Amino acid sequence: MNRNIVISFGLHTLLVIITAMSLPFLAKKPIDLPPIVSVELIQIAEKTNIPFAPKAKKIIEEVKEKEKRLVSEQAPPKKIKKQKPDAIPLPDEKIEKIKKIEDKKQNPEKIETEVKQVSEFEKKELFDTNNIAALIDKSKVESAEINKKTDKISQDQDKNIDFGGLSLSEEDALKAQIFGCWSIPLGLPYNENLLVRIKLQLKPDGSIMKSEILDHARMNKPGQGFYKVLAESALRAIKLCQPLRVPSTGYERWKELQLNFDARDMLEG
Amino acid sequence: MLFRYLFILLILLPVKSFALIEVDITRGNLSPLPVAVSPLSIDEDSRNSFKKILKKENIGSEISAIVENNLKQSGLFNPLNKDAFLQKPDIANLKPRFEDWNLIKAQALITGKVTFVDEKLRVEFRLWDVLAGKEMMALAFTTVPSNWRRVGHIISDKVYERLTGENGYFDTRIIYVSEEGPKTNRIKKLAIMDQDGFNNKYLTLGNELVLTPRFSPTNQMVTYLSYFKNLPRVYLLDIETGMQEVVGDFPGMTFAPRFSPDGKKIIMSFAENGNSDIYTMDLENRIVERITNHPSIDTSPSFSPDGKQITFNSDRSKYQQIYIMDSNGKNVKRISFGNGLYGTPVWSPRGDLIAFTKLHKGKFYIGVMRTDGTGERLLTENFYQEAPSWSPNGRVLIFYRETKTNSKGEGFSAKLWSIDLTGYNEKMVTTETDASDPSWSSLLSN
Repeated sequence: MNRNIVISFGLHTLLVIITAMSLPFLAKKPIDLPPIVSVELIQIAEKTNIPFAPKAKKIIEEVKEKEKRLVSEQAPPKKIKKQKPDAIPLPDEKIEKIKKIEDKKQNPEKIETEVKQVSEFEKKELFDTNNIAALIDKSKVESAEINKKTDKISQDQDKNIDFGGLSLSEEDALKAQIFGCWSIPLGLPYNENLLVRIKLQLKPDGSIMKSEILDHARMNKPGQGFYKVLAESALRAIKLCQPLRVPSTGYERWKELQLNFDARDMLEG
Repeated sequence: MLFRYLFILLILLPVKSFALIEVDITRGNLSPLPVAVSPLSIDEDSRNSFKKILKKENIGSEISAIVENNLKQSGLFNPLNKDAFLQKPDIANLKPRFEDWNLIKAQALITGKVTFVDEKLRVEFRLWDVLAGKEMMALAFTTVPSNWRRVGHIISDKVYERLTGENGYFDTRIIYVSEEGPKTNRIKKLAIMDQDGFNNKYLTLGNELVLTPRFSPTNQMVTYLSYFKNLPRVYLLDIETGMQEVVGDFPGMTFAPRFSPDGKKIIMSFAENGNSDIYTMDLENRIVERITNHPSIDTSPSFSPDGKQITFNSDRSKYQQIYIMDSNGKNVKRISFGNGLYGTPVWSPRGDLIAFTKLHKGKFYIGVMRTDGTGERLLTENFYQEAPSWSPNGRVLIFYRETKTNSKGEGFSAKLWSIDLTGYNEKMVTTETDASDPSWSSLLSN
């Protein structure tokens, strides 16, 4: 009996020790993942130094309006996501398009429901965007509090900031370097898809360990001879440029990099 | 139990995952690509044989010089100075030391070998990607020795095509009107030459006035206008055989006959009852079809490469402007709206642009615009220049330019010039005499 109690006590003690040693991060998890710590905050802080609060309302309103238009225009939401800012049609065109869509619909009730859905979606968006300032303030307070509590957590947060990609200046430095190395083949047909995506594995000094053309199958497709020429020119640019101008720290962050070479703007211009 | 905990631990171990960073590269440089054109290697026996036949000391160097010159003239390549080459041509052709070529900043390397085989010229050439350290292309050509210049042009075309993604234009010819004598009494002859100005030949004697020769887009046929007993007459000339035939005599002022894209029709304008309109003529049955019927002056028609549309100039909106219409004359639409007068529109072989001459404030411009009239770009400006003609790949325009005479009427000259679509690569094309009205042939090797 006593023996069993001793064994039970021993095993339970072991259990408590293992739990205490191995799962401390579980206890921190709720702190680590507050719903408020948003990527937006990090990006804004990284990408601009403009004091946010005074202009927040204006920006939010503009975003809100843009979102409204986008949301009401889009039939498939994915398309909107893919669109680049410069590819967004002018407001007038959008309004016309919306009207056209409404005209084409045979069943007016359906339109209403669609609009309702859209507006609900908008509401969510609006709720989020309206509260950005509040969220930012809140998160600022929270992060400050966390910083006070433990050093470990603040380090984690710093790392989280690193996950956001290259900063604008880092990205610009890399772009400027490759711009200089890339001799664009001028004979390419600019009404074709001229995007070459190359995935790189880099060494810490920025030299190329491995390069891979992501749409490799296109290289040998009939009628896509120009793609091969373009892909080769992009590879030449990378080789000519190496070692790439990558940040001196945060190797884990950029050891894999994807470069999207798109010649269309240059050839059309 | 312990293992179970360890297992759970392993699963729960925080693994850092990084989103793949993407960087968009939307700009590059348009500076010429540095290319090393190594002289083609040649063995001693072949060298002596070619020396006897062609009177050339080293035919390998001569051919590589043609390639080098073509690539340089295109404005897209920068052939590097041969003095900087570290590898000898014969070794470079077998296995280039890429480090050496990289050292002189070459991005592409052309090597090759010339041999004399069965009384024929055999040229091997290889194109290497210096940075990737791999062979991009290897071809061999065999021909009669006298064809050595063409081999150089064909190699240039292959290299151009492989490195730019579009067809070359070096193995082509240019037909033009050769002009001699004082401005008031010019002797005009039809002449033809390679695109680099070599192998010039005269096709007419200069007894009759010749105007506006135009190559067929499909073969080596030429149509041109000549005056016989003061009447305009349209001729067809087969460059290969030298055979010439009269297509027809036309009344009044006849202008600029030009082939349809399939070479089966010619399109031109002529005046009937004082009104100039556009007509086509079927070359098989010689049936003439009227395309426009308007009281204004419609001239300078040119087909789109698919043959479905025609561009022309007309003064139907008071001033001379450029129009397009369907090939049956319907859906006429004005496309030029800028200041000044627009004329001699020519549709690009690529189909995307229309080249034109523009007169504005006393100056002549050669320019291009999209086929809907947008994106007008003036490439070159001068005292007097006109008649642009496209290279077969739609990259370069050739035209002629006249100089001002002084108060005594001296100093007049007319020369051929070329300019590429960037507008930066403008060059005079050397001709034996003064020259005007150039027309570019399609690729000879097609």
